[in-house]
Amino acid sequence: MEFQFFIELVTNGVLTGLMYALVAVGFVLIYKSTDAINFAQGEFCMIAAIVVAGFMKLYGFPLWGAIAVGLLFMLLFNWGLERVVLRPMIGRPVVAIIMATIGLALIFRGLGPLVFGAETQPIPLPIPDQPIIWGPFFVSPIDLLGGGISLAFMAVFGWFFMKSRKGVAMRAVADSHQVSMAMGINVERYFVLAWMLAGFVALLGGLVWGSAIGVDTQLAQLGLKVFPVVILGGLDSILGVIVGGIIVGVVEAISAGYVDPYVGGGTKDFTPYVLMIIVLMIRPYGIFGKPIIERI
Amino acid sequence: MFHRESGYFKTSYKADMALYPLPIGKVAATGFVLLFLVVAPIFLDEYYLSVINIAAIAVVGALGLNILLGYTGQISIGHAAFMSVGAYTAANFAVHFDMPFWVTLPAGGLMAAAIGTLVGLPSLRVKGLYLAIATLAAQFIIEWVLNHTPLISGGVQASIEMPRPVFFGNVLNTQSELYFFILPVTIIAIIATMNLVRSRIGRAFVAIRDQDIAAEIIGINVYRYKLLAFAISSFYAGVTGVLYTYYFGIANYEAFQLPISIDYLAMCIIGGLGSVLGSIFGAVFITLMPIVLRIFMETVGVFFIDGNYIAQVIAQMRLILFGGLIIFFLVVEPDGLNKLWQNIRNYFRVWPFSY
Repeated sequence: MEFQFFIELVTNGVLTGLMYALVAVGFVLIYKSTDAINFAQGEFCMIAAIVVAGFMKLYGFPLWGAIAVGLLFMLLFNWGLERVVLRPMIGRPVVAIIMATIGLALIFRGLGPLVFGAETQPIPLPIPDQPIIWGPFFVSPIDLLGGGISLAFMAVFGWFFMKSRKGVAMRAVADSHQVSMAMGINVERYFVLAWMLAGFVALLGGLVWGSAIGVDTQLAQLGLKVFPVVILGGLDSILGVIVGGIIVGVVEAISAGYVDPYVGGGTKDFTPYVLMIIVLMIRPYGIFGKPIIERI
Repeated sequence: MFHRESGYFKTSYKADMALYPLPIGKVAATGFVLLFLVVAPIFLDEYYLSVINIAAIAVVGALGLNILLGYTGQISIGHAAFMSVGAYTAANFAVHFDMPFWVTLPAGGLMAAAIGTLVGLPSLRVKGLYLAIATLAAQFIIEWVLNHTPLISGGVQASIEMPRPVFFGNVLNTQSELYFFILPVTIIAIIATMNLVRSRIGRAFVAIRDQDIAAEIIGINVYRYKLLAFAISSFYAGVTGVLYTYYFGIANYEAFQLPISIDYLAMCIIGGLGSVLGSIFGAVFITLMPIVLRIFMETVGVFFIDGNYIAQVIAQMRLILFGGLIIFFLVVEPDGLNKLWQNIRNYFRVWPFSY
């Protein structure tokens, strides 16, 4: 029984962690190619989910129609965002970019409920509700789907970054804006591409998480899980995001299962951050990240 | 317009670094102090005084964060947590040891400074984004510890009721009485900050902000000064927390959560990074904004929006306006309200001539 409980925690932790990775990869994507730090990734997921759920409920769209609208919205919005807000911020101090995205996050938190209503809405994905029991494993289908989508996306995304022409160009842009400009890469176009991709990932994350826990502004709390994940894994590594996500998911599940009964709950939101602080002290650039060498 | 800057010659470095480079500065400062300490309490009623009180408390916190963010260039997203440390320290001292405010105020500040220095330790190894996330983590960890340690936070709802401050046997109950308790603290904080940033320490902070490796090369002990910046900044935050506790009459961690940290960051950004005057502008602006918005919506907005939803709509509008302002200032006027004020002043300085 004890072992069964442990297995259950770990499986759920791994799947939840993969779903965290889906949110975190949007952050990494933007950091990798534009050097911008996006504190609004959780809000991106939230607004995507709110748009999808809102169009289904208010205008009676079918699921695929609402998802199409959500995708269109995220792509257009992130394109405009990059042009209006982020482009003037290039080369500004880190705190400026952090604050700009925090400002963005606040706008989303106000705008979403203002337009589509504040009550929690479902996103009914066509999957069964009953948990799947397979030997000692005991998982809910939405977690399984989320983990699957996450892994599939990472695989596609990893291929894109490593092999495709655009992905290579993006890595070059991430490495040095000036050199890639000299090589004839249209840097600004790749910035837009990165933000639009992040919008797409946010839609996926929003769909998965929205159908798992319901759609309202609480969904934006996801953004706070992103930081332990990316710090653990390393800010610029796709593999790191998966590993970091799984570590955070498992640590959360285990602390919720074993520590919560003794201290009265809430360790779930707290242990990933403790772990993160420890990693920051020992290996600031994460498990898979590369160390930064600074010159004057 | 009212004065000319000609005819004042500075013959020493000391005169050049003086607190008030021109006599008009001294006159203006005295005028403002008199206005707020004498004229305002006579003519304003309780409600407006309570607004000034809140703004004055916010000024202290904004000054502290600006020392860290604007002068030393180290980011902290955990500032509200430092305030809660100050608040609980003061509440415990006041309730369990029956201490007066002139003990609890510095005690709260010092405790917050100790915790802040601890949180600032990662700044020795990491900077920028990593430091931002480390301080964010500190926010959550401090919140959790306060909420789950009955020894510190009292137990029920993790809140401690705070006795009113007593001044020479008089209990300060009303807003106008609290006004004379809060405002002097704010004035001391302003003067202390102005003096700090023109001192050797302040110059070291600015050198670290501009280029920390270069600062180290010219002989500044970067580690020491970074930690000192964290300590001073969180001392201010702690004092802010104590003032809030006296103001609200209760110490509760829920009053010091992440959105409050973001409020204070916004005060520094909107007011102007690296400027004392900017901190004051920012703090006042951010404090007044929701109040003005609420009055506006309750008078004009009711014609457009169903009365039952108005409170909810105001809360959402506040977020949108708040976020929009942060982005607007960052993109259009990175130096904040302080820069706008400088522009106005420079225009009138030579008025009616163009230069």
